[in-house]
Amino acid sequence: MTVASGLALVLALLLVSIAAWTVVTRRTFAAVEGFVAYGLLLSIAWVALSAIDVALTEAAIGSGLTGVLLIGAAARLRTTEAALSTERAGALLRWLAAIASAVVAGAIAVGVLSLPDPTPTLAPAVAEHLPSIGLGNAVTAVLLAYRGIDTLLESIVVVFALIGVWSLAPDPLWGGYPGPRQYADPNGILAYLARVLPPIGVIVGLYIFWVGADLPGGKFQGATILAAMWLLVMMAGLTDAPPINRTWLRILLVAGPLLFIAIGFAGPYSVLGRKPPRDNDWTTFRLGSATASTRPRPGPGKTRGECPCPAPSPRRGRW
Amino acid sequence: MSFLFDVFTVMAVSTGVFFFLAGSIGLLRFPDALSRLHALTKADNVGLGLVMLGLLPRAGGLLAGLKLFVVWLLVLLASSMVSQMIARVARRGGSPP
Repeated sequence: MTVASGLALVLALLLVSIAAWTVVTRRTFAAVEGFVAYGLLLSIAWVALSAIDVALTEAAIGSGLTGVLLIGAAARLRTTEAALSTERAGALLRWLAAIASAVVAGAIAVGVLSLPDPTPTLAPAVAEHLPSIGLGNAVTAVLLAYRGIDTLLESIVVVFALIGVWSLAPDPLWGGYPGPRQYADPNGILAYLARVLPPIGVIVGLYIFWVGADLPGGKFQGATILAAMWLLVMMAGLTDAPPINRTWLRILLVAGPLLFIAIGFAGPYSVLGRKPPRDNDWTTFRLGSATASTRPRPGPGKTRGECPCPAPSPRRGRW
Repeated sequence: MSFLFDVFTVMAVSTGVFFFLAGSIGLLRFPDALSRLHALTKADNVGLGLVMLGLLPRAGGLLAGLKLFVVWLLVLLASSMVSQMIARVARRGGSPP
C-alpha cells in the first residue's frame, strides 16, 4: 500500500466516523461541531481528488457559512433542548426511520457502485473548447457558459429563498429588521475582529472571484467570503441586517439576476471582437460526448480565432 | 543548495508537526478549559508557523510565499480572538462549548 492510498484510507475512515458521530450524538451543539469538522475533512478529501473548486466551495459554504447558521440555530434551540432530550419516539416510528434511511443509503450506494467504468465524461470536450470561451478554469466555463441557465436560475432561487425567509418574520417586523437584533460588547474582542478582518476579507473575496476565471475560485466561494464578513460585522453588533423595506436593498437583490440576463442578451451584439464559435460546437455539447468523438478535430496549428466562420453572420443570434 | 532547502523543509515541517501533536495531546489531557486553550493556541500557532516556514522554499515564487505568510497571520488573528472569547465564557463560569 502506497503512502497516498494509506492517507486516503485514513481520511475516509475519519470521514465516516465523524459522520456517524454527528448522527449519533444527542447534543445539538456537538452535532453542529461534528458537522463543521466533517465539512473541513471533506474539503481535504476534495483536494486529494484534485477538485480544488469543490474543496473551496465545501470549506466556504458547506462548512463555514452553514456552520455559522447552524451554530446560531443551536444557540436558539438551547432552551428547548432539555425537554426534547427526555422525549423518545415510538418503536414503530424509529423502525420506519431506520428502514427509510437504509433504503436511501442503499440506493445511493447502488447508484455509485453501478457507474460504468470509465465514467462517461464531457471533460475533454470542455477542455478542448476553453480558449473559445476565454476562460482558463473549466469549472467556471461550465458554470457560466455551458450551464449558464442553471447558474442564472440558482441566483434567482437565492432571491426567492430570501423572500421566503423574510415572509417567516413576525407580522410586526415586516418592513423592518427581519429578526432579533444582535447584542454584543461594543468594546469586546469580537467587535475588534469585526473591525480588523472585513477589509482583508473583502479583498480576499474579490480576489477569489476574480481569479476564478483562470484558477480555482469563483463567484460562489468569493461571495461566501463577502457574506461571512458582513455576518461577522452583524454578529459583533456593529450593524444590523438591513430593513426589508429599503429600496436600495431590493434593487441590489434584483440587480444580480438582471445583470446576468443583460449579459446574456448582450452576447449576440457583443462588440468585444471575439468571434462566436461555430454552430456545431454547441450541438456537440447538447448531444454529449458520443458525437464529440466523431466530430472532425481542427487541424494542428489552427486556433479557434482563425475558424473559417464568416464574422458577421445571422448565426450569431444563437450565441 | 536545493538539498539544503529540502533538509530545512523536512526539519521545519517535522518540528511543526511535533508542536501540533503536543497541542493535541494537551487539548485532550489538560484538566480545565484555560489550560486546554493554552495548549491549543500556543502550540498551534508555533506549529503552523513552522510548517509555513518549511514550505516557503517550495512555494515557487515570492507571491506564493507571501500568500502562505498571510495565511499564517490570518490564523494567528482568528485563533487569538477565538481563544479570548472562549476564555471569557470559561471565566464567567459557563461551560465553554
